[in-house]
Amino acid sequence: MLVFILRRLLQALVVMLTVAFLAFMLFQYVGDPVSSLLGQDATQEQRDQLRRDLGLDQPFPVQFAAFVGNAVQGEFGISLRQGQRVSTLIASRLPATLELSVVAAVMALAIGIPLGVYAALRRGSFGSQVAMMVSLLGVSLPTFLIGILLILVFSVFLGWLPSFGRGDTVQVGSWDTGLLTLDGLQHLVLPALTLAVFQLALIMRLVRAEMLEVLRTDYIKFARARGLHDRAVHFGHALKNTLVPVITITGLQLGGLIAFAIVTETVFQWPGMGLLFIQAVQFADIPVMAAYLCLIALIFVVINLAVDLLYFAVDPRLRIEKSAAGH
Amino acid sequence: MSAPEGSPPAPVAAPATPGRLARWLDSDVWYSFRTSPVAIVAALIAFVCAFCALFAPWVAPHNPFDLATLNLSDGRLPPAWLPDGQITYLLGTDDQGRDILSALMYGARISLLVGLASVVLSVVVGVGLGLLAGFVGGRLDAFLMRVCDVMLSFPSILVALLIDGVGRALFPDAHEALAFSVLIIAISLSGWVPYARTVRGSTMVERNKDYVQAARVIGVSPGRIMARHVLPNVMGPVLVLATIQVGQAILTEATLSFLGVGVPATSPSLGTLIRIGNEFLFSGEWWITIFPGAMLVLIALSVNLLGDWLRDAINPRLR
Repeated sequence: MLVFILRRLLQALVVMLTVAFLAFMLFQYVGDPVSSLLGQDATQEQRDQLRRDLGLDQPFPVQFAAFVGNAVQGEFGISLRQGQRVSTLIASRLPATLELSVVAAVMALAIGIPLGVYAALRRGSFGSQVAMMVSLLGVSLPTFLIGILLILVFSVFLGWLPSFGRGDTVQVGSWDTGLLTLDGLQHLVLPALTLAVFQLALIMRLVRAEMLEVLRTDYIKFARARGLHDRAVHFGHALKNTLVPVITITGLQLGGLIAFAIVTETVFQWPGMGLLFIQAVQFADIPVMAAYLCLIALIFVVINLAVDLLYFAVDPRLRIEKSAAGH
Repeated sequence: MSAPEGSPPAPVAAPATPGRLARWLDSDVWYSFRTSPVAIVAALIAFVCAFCALFAPWVAPHNPFDLATLNLSDGRLPPAWLPDGQITYLLGTDDQGRDILSALMYGARISLLVGLASVVLSVVVGVGLGLLAGFVGGRLDAFLMRVCDVMLSFPSILVALLIDGVGRALFPDAHEALAFSVLIIAISLSGWVPYARTVRGSTMVERNKDYVQAARVIGVSPGRIMARHVLPNVMGPVLVLATIQVGQAILTEATLSFLGVGVPATSPSLGTLIRIGNEFLFSGEWWITIFPGAMLVLIALSVNLLGDWLRDAINPRLR
C-alpha cells in the first residue's frame, strides 16, 4: 500500500516536472519576452540590461530551476495582454470555474446513477428506452451544441433563464461565490446542465451496463434466495459493486469537466479560467497559457491520485491482492 | 473467413476463383451490413454528406464565397417553409445573404477534410510508435507507454487546444495553409494514443509467432519484418478505431473552430458556421446556427454508428 502510494506520488512528480518543462519551453522559445516588454525601439544596452535583470543570461538548468521555484509559489509573471499578474488573474477566475464544475459533477452523479439503475432494473420498459435514447444523444452531441440548444429553448424561446455571465455574486472571504444569490443560481443552471449532460449520459450508460452485469452473478441470486428485499439486493449488493468503475470514470471525467468548461464558459460567457485560457490562446498570451497548463496538470494529477486511493477504500479485494503481493 | 467451396461462381469471375466483387458479396462483413438497417441508414447518410461535401462546387445551389452573387437585401431570410422564406434559399440565409445550404456543403467539405487528414496522421503516428514499442520492447516500450499514460490522463480537446495555442504563438501571422497544418497536427497529436496502445498489444502477440521467427531466421531486417509481416496482421482493429475516430476528430475540429482557434475564418467549417450563427441566436435567426449544428451531429452520429457496426462485424466476439 505504502509502496503503491509512493510510486504513484513519484509518477505524479515526474508528470508535473514534464509539464513544467513544457511550460518553461513555451516561455523560452515562443516569442521574445525582452522585445515584448521593451517594445521595438529599445537600444541593445537596454535589452542586455533587462536580459540580465530577468536572469535570461543564466545557463539553462539555472533558469529552469528558477522557473520551477516561481511556479511552485504560483508566480508566472505578467499577462502580456492584460498587464496584470497571472496569479491574480487566475485567482480571480478560479472560483467561477470550480463552482461550475462541481455543480455539474454533482448534477451528473445525482441524476446519472439513479437513471442508470432504473434503466437496468426496468430493462425494456418505455421509460428506460427513452432514457437510453436521450443518453445516446447526450454522448454524441458536442458540448457547445448542447449549450446553444439550451440557450435557444430556455432563454430565447421560453425566456425562463439567463444565458450570459454569472449574475450577482457574494464575496465570502476571498472566494467570490454565485451560489448564495438567487440570481447567481439562475445563471448557473444552464451552464452547469450543459457541462453535466455528457457526463450524465456516460455515467448512466456505465451504471446500467455494470448493473446488468452484476445482477446476473451468483451472489445476487443467492441474496434473492435468502429472501432479501429487492431494495436490499439492488442497492445494498448490486449497486455497491458497480461503483468501482463508476468512481474511476467519474474521477477521470472530473478532469474532463474542467477541460470542457472551456467550451461551456465560451458559450455562456462565464467568467472562469476556461474563458481566460481561450483568450490567451487566441492572443498567444504565453504566461497565462503556461500557468493554466501547470494548474490543470496539477488538478489532473491530484484527481488521478485521489481516484487510485479511492479504489482501496471501495474495493476490499484490491487491498488484499496488493498486500498479498507486497509480502 | 474463406469463401465456401460450394458457392456458385459469379458470372464475371474466372472459373477457378471467384472475382473480387463476388468474394466481397459473399463475405461475412457484407452479410452483416445487408442485415443491419442501422448500418445501411448510417452509411447512406454518411455517403450523402460526403458526396455533397466532395462535390460542393457542383451540387450547391449558390457559391457562398462568390461576393458578386451575394445580395445584402437577401440577408437573414428564414428557411423556405417559413413565412418570408424564398424557395431559392431552401434553408434560409445568414446576415450577409449567403445561402445556408450551400455554406453547409462547403463547410462540411472543410470539416471532413480536417477530420480525415488528422485521423490519417494520427494513425500513421500511433501505428508507427505502437509497432516500434511492441516490436522493440524494453526501455523504449516503457517510455512510450508512460507517454501514452500521461497523454491519456488529459482530455484530447485540451491537448489539441494546447498544441494549437503553441502553434499560434510560434507562427503569429501564419497564412492559411500553415494554419490548417497546425490544426490538423494538433488534432492528430491528441488522438494517436489509442492506436499506439492497440497496435503495441497485438504486435507483442505477433512478435512471437512462427512466421516472424521464420522471417528473422532467413535474415529479413527488423524494419522490413515490422512493415511487411507484422503490420498487415495488426491493422484490423486499427481500421475500426479509425472509423470511430473520424467522428471524434470532426467534433474536435468543430469545437476548436467554435472556440475561434480552429480553421481560418476565410474557409469556414461547420464549427465556424455555428460560431457565426451563435451571434444571431438572440435576434431570432436560429436557422443560421441550428442547421450547421444538425449537419455536424448527423455526420458524427452516422460515422460513429458505422464504426460500431464495423467493430461488431469484424470481431463478433466483442459484441
